[in-house]
Amino acid sequence: MLFNAYDPGDFYDELFVSKGHPRAEAELLIRRVNAMSLVQLKQRQQAVQNALFKLGVTFNVYSDNQGTERIFPFDVIPRIVPGHEWTWLEKGLKQRIYALNCFIHDIYNDQKILRDGVIPRHVVESAPGFLKPCMGLKPPGNIWCHITGTDLVRDRDGTWYVLEDNMRCPSGVSYVLENRRVMKTTFPHLFAAMDIAAVDDYASQLLETLLNLVPETLINPRVAVLTPGVYNSAYFEHSFLAQQIGAELVEGRDLVVSDGYLKMRTTKGLERVDVMYRRIDDDFIDPQAFRSDSLLGVPGLLEVYRAGRVAIANALGTGVADDKLTYAYVPQMIRYYMDEDQIIPNVPTFICEDPTQQAHVLAHLDQLVVKATNASGGYGMLVGPHATEEERQEFGDRIRANPRGYIAQPTLCLSRVPTLIGDGLEGCHVDLRPYILYGQDIYVNPGGLTRVALKRGSLVVNSSQGGGSKDTWVVNSVDPNAQLPV
Amino acid sequence: MLSRVADSIYWMNRYVERAENVARFVDVNLNLLLDAPPGMEQQWEPLVITTGDQKLFQERYGEASADNILRFLTFDREYPNSIISCLRSARENARSVREVISSEMWEQVNAFYLMVNEAADQGLLSELHAFFPEVKMASHLFAGVMDATMAHTEGWHFGQLGRLLERADKTGRILDVKYYILLPAVTDVGSPLDDLQWIALLKSASAYEMYRKSQYRITPRGVTEFLIINREFPRSIQFCLIQAEQSLHQISGTTSGTWRTASDRALGRLRSELDYLTIEEVTERGLHEFLDDLQVRLNEVGDQIFADFFALEPL
Repeated sequence: MLFNAYDPGDFYDELFVSKGHPRAEAELLIRRVNAMSLVQLKQRQQAVQNALFKLGVTFNVYSDNQGTERIFPFDVIPRIVPGHEWTWLEKGLKQRIYALNCFIHDIYNDQKILRDGVIPRHVVESAPGFLKPCMGLKPPGNIWCHITGTDLVRDRDGTWYVLEDNMRCPSGVSYVLENRRVMKTTFPHLFAAMDIAAVDDYASQLLETLLNLVPETLINPRVAVLTPGVYNSAYFEHSFLAQQIGAELVEGRDLVVSDGYLKMRTTKGLERVDVMYRRIDDDFIDPQAFRSDSLLGVPGLLEVYRAGRVAIANALGTGVADDKLTYAYVPQMIRYYMDEDQIIPNVPTFICEDPTQQAHVLAHLDQLVVKATNASGGYGMLVGPHATEEERQEFGDRIRANPRGYIAQPTLCLSRVPTLIGDGLEGCHVDLRPYILYGQDIYVNPGGLTRVALKRGSLVVNSSQGGGSKDTWVVNSVDPNAQLPV
Repeated sequence: MLSRVADSIYWMNRYVERAENVARFVDVNLNLLLDAPPGMEQQWEPLVITTGDQKLFQERYGEASADNILRFLTFDREYPNSIISCLRSARENARSVREVISSEMWEQVNAFYLMVNEAADQGLLSELHAFFPEVKMASHLFAGVMDATMAHTEGWHFGQLGRLLERADKTGRILDVKYYILLPAVTDVGSPLDDLQWIALLKSASAYEMYRKSQYRITPRGVTEFLIINREFPRSIQFCLIQAEQSLHQISGTTSGTWRTASDRALGRLRSELDYLTIEEVTERGLHEFLDDLQVRLNEVGDQIFADFFALEPL
């Protein structure tokens, strides 16, 4: 009985209420795993890892100059989200994305929210993701953030929070799809006995979201996915998504602006591209308009885009919403544009450019998490309680030197899920990144990517920092009389 | 189809085929040596000569010992045409076009690379007798998987083109190995040893059984004819050229016997010359000279394909 020794401890455990008492939705899973020996469970884990490696589901590590690929470590014990909770999360995510989209459209056009003083003007204008050249832009349907991956976490008491929004090029959805594929072969009986929401329609939904951007008059539109190339850490995903939706996978060097259109070099000459799902950050996408040292983008693209001759997802300029200072104002946006209360709360956030709040942050560095407002991926942050005095000193100096550049939040105690570590099951901290598509309607893929911190006690779940992933099961109902192999 | 993608599919196939053929011509030499009478000098240098990379070899290794040459051709990661390097390049190309090729193709080329990589990590030259057949089989698997799972559209034809041109070139080189090995001992012609060598040569091109079915007796003339101008045997040079030309016509949209691009013309002309070639003419010119010239012509075809389809510059 593998779970006999498992103790959820003083944490919110996603599978257990308390030691020996699984949550209702997790009961069958626990029963199934308990029927296995440690050797069997490890064999399955190994089989899954091998399958992923053979499929080439790998990522590249930036700091590793060998250019070696690694498989994103995968744990066989899934994370379960009860159906009723998911319904609530889905509603909250739709609300948030709708409001953020209104916000982005507004600040690049009428700037009502700034003129009404709801958000200070300098907050937006000083955000590195705010792109002046995008002023006046009206993308098709006024939709800017077509694809979002929003990071959610749960605190010790079980409360859900939104940790951050990723509106430029969120990655990871390919792992959701591939993880599910291998899990279905690992635990087929559980999938039969439990009503687990399917994730497979993501590709169709993504394609529809992209096709929604072309005028109906255009027959046979051409969709392309723009990747920085094979050495990018998320290359597998770019290629996987292009394959799943039947799009061309292009690099900057395949593209050229000619006769006012975006075109790609083919064996039969230049051919037009109508929709581009770009997986390159704003800064790099057009060396004429933004970073001139970029080799990844297409010179002149912005002009074609502004003229409405190519649609780009996500729209250029959405990075402003990824800024962690902008994040702090999302509740105000929801109130302003929708006249609603925020459904899923933000993590309480201290704004370091406010003198009072800064003083509080500096006095409590040993309790807070400090984050650079323009960074992501677990880079540029200080986890106060785990940091050394020196590191805290250094961050304090950084905050004083550049208050706009930092926010601080209480250190949340992330919820945990049992995970196979060494020769037993241990609770490991997780977050959850659901993927949201904004096309004709807003669609949320059920579940999302559960990232797990595989280092004992660690709160950092990013793949670049030793994190792994788990399959996420949104469980609507469970057949209590299911026959499972013993 | 994107030029870059076409280019990658073409090279992915060329590299897989190249790895297979390096395995073939090293394997034939290993086999020849097993049958060689005691005291006969081992002939390894010809292998490096046929690759055309002897200068690089000398810089990196100096002495042309069996071990050095085997290491150079199979596991040397710095030498771009070694088996491991070919597989790494094939896989890199495959990785950049994963969304275009079938998943099965990717999985096969990835598994192939991982197999060779593991062998290279161990670096055991004593295991090569088992390793080369594995390489050949993995390459066949790749070709078969591609044939059976990828739509036979433009991309597939670029792949075929790459594989067939590479194979034509390498069949020529395998024949050339025999030329170099024979050279120091012209008096051996017709001896039992000579017979064994020709058999080994046929086997290295998987041609032995098919040859027997077509003409029983093994003669130098028969073997060269079979490997150069036979129209039905899939590793003969002319077979490769005929098939490659068909794929090229599918790509360029012209009918056989006509041309629109310079590559149509270069390949079509070469193929039609071989149509009317007799083996007497080859012997008259000298086999080695003939093969040398053929390699130059094949390189020209490759250059033209690059210029016509891959190197598109906007106006």
